[in-house]
Amino acid sequence: MSDKIVVNGIGKSFGALPVVDSVSLNVSDGEFVAIVGPSGCGKSTLLNIIAGFERPDRGSVTINGVERTGPSRNGIMISQHGSVFPWLTVQENLLFALSATRHDDKVALAHRYIDLVGLAGFEAAYPHELSGGMLKRVEIARALVVKPEILYMDEPFSALDALMSLRMQTELRRILDEERHTVLLITHDVEEAIFLADRILVLSQRPTVIQTTFHVDLPHPRKLSDPKAQALREAILKQLGL
Amino acid sequence: MKEIKSKFLKIVPPMLVIAALIALWWVVVAANESAIFPTPWQVVAGAWDLARDGTLFEHISASLIRVAIGFGLAFLVAVPLGLWMGWVSGAFYTLNPLFQMLRPISPIAWIPVAILWFGVGNASPIFLIFIASVFPMMVQTTVGVRTIDRRYLRAAANFGVSRSVLFSRVVIPAVLPEMIVGMRIGIGVAWLVVVAAEMVALNSGLGYLIMDSRNAGNRYDLVIASMVIIGVIGLLLDGATRLLERLNMVKWRYVR
Repeated sequence: MSDKIVVNGIGKSFGALPVVDSVSLNVSDGEFVAIVGPSGCGKSTLLNIIAGFERPDRGSVTINGVERTGPSRNGIMISQHGSVFPWLTVQENLLFALSATRHDDKVALAHRYIDLVGLAGFEAAYPHELSGGMLKRVEIARALVVKPEILYMDEPFSALDALMSLRMQTELRRILDEERHTVLLITHDVEEAIFLADRILVLSQRPTVIQTTFHVDLPHPRKLSDPKAQALREAILKQLGL
Repeated sequence: MKEIKSKFLKIVPPMLVIAALIALWWVVVAANESAIFPTPWQVVAGAWDLARDGTLFEHISASLIRVAIGFGLAFLVAVPLGLWMGWVSGAFYTLNPLFQMLRPISPIAWIPVAILWFGVGNASPIFLIFIASVFPMMVQTTVGVRTIDRRYLRAAANFGVSRSVLFSRVVIPAVLPEMIVGMRIGIGVAWLVVVAAEMVALNSGLGYLIMDSRNAGNRYDLVIASMVIIGVIGLLLDGATRLLERLNMVKWRYVR
């Protein structure tokens, strides 16, 4: 498989505080890579650099062989607090995402993705009329509607309650089976990483480096009660110092 | 603060307070047997006379038209300038000190200057209303732009939308609630100022009516009637601006 994302020795400091210290990683086309690490270790900064929202002090990020200089529609960020516009309806949010693209029938396309995330009938609803889980679905639909090759997810479900978080993980897995995306997921939830990812990178304390890599060779749908999954969970937690 | 749901509890207590105040006023005036200060009834009778021959409405509409023009001009200047200052740091740091210095000068202090520049016609009060309401609207708009949540701007950058879409779909809707706050403050001071301006220089409007009633034979019934009318119209203007908060596009800001 070809490398979709190549991160080559990136580092970043905020003033005198080194946050990311020489991180290199490759992500293959269609691969789901989860990054776990202690809180405040610089995970979000790392993802923001890869997604193009921040610039590294050194090193480079290459997407499809082209050096990354800024954010692009090719890789959409989904973050913890979400960025669904509260002043637009569900459908308008999707049409906003499509505004710089060329499609014959943007409304039909928007409807297809609203339907895909199970929100048919809520096209005209405003975000404040929806629950937290539904809002997350809007965000996912808005990201997918532009058919990005990459999804950057920064603790996407951590603002949801535990039950809704589990449900969204299953949903995301189902959607990814329909549309193959390359995914980079940042999470502090080890079980979420095991449930979803093909590969799990464990980051060190700040300034962060990649400490260990785990491959998850389990078929989907995964059961966390599986002894293999449990053993993996123990190993990752041990790496995190627990 | 606990929200009161019942319409009854929202309307009746304030009505009772106002009624009690009017009763107190009546008793005090009657007890003093004042020759000049009117009873509530004399105020109503005086206002009724003015309303019947039409002069009252001429004064009211004269004041309202001045406010509409002055406030409208202020809006047209304040919103683009506020958006520009909020978006472009250079503009903010260049212009903000000047505006912050002009802002605390009471519009009343501008009256002599206004008379010098614009004479005693309609232009003076319109200029004063403009001066009074342009700053609050501009400041609120600027603050609104500068406090837009970064995640929304990042999302717009992520989807690679054009500048015009960024402004029309993200920046302006995000600022709209702040702009409405600015408009409420602006319309409030505009109404405050039109009455003050009309007291000095004109021969129409509610401010003129107050001064004229006093000068032409101590008609304090009409003075008080004008004051009450000013208060009621001020309340209605604020209520009308508050209706903007119910727009679907800004509701998100007010729901919890």
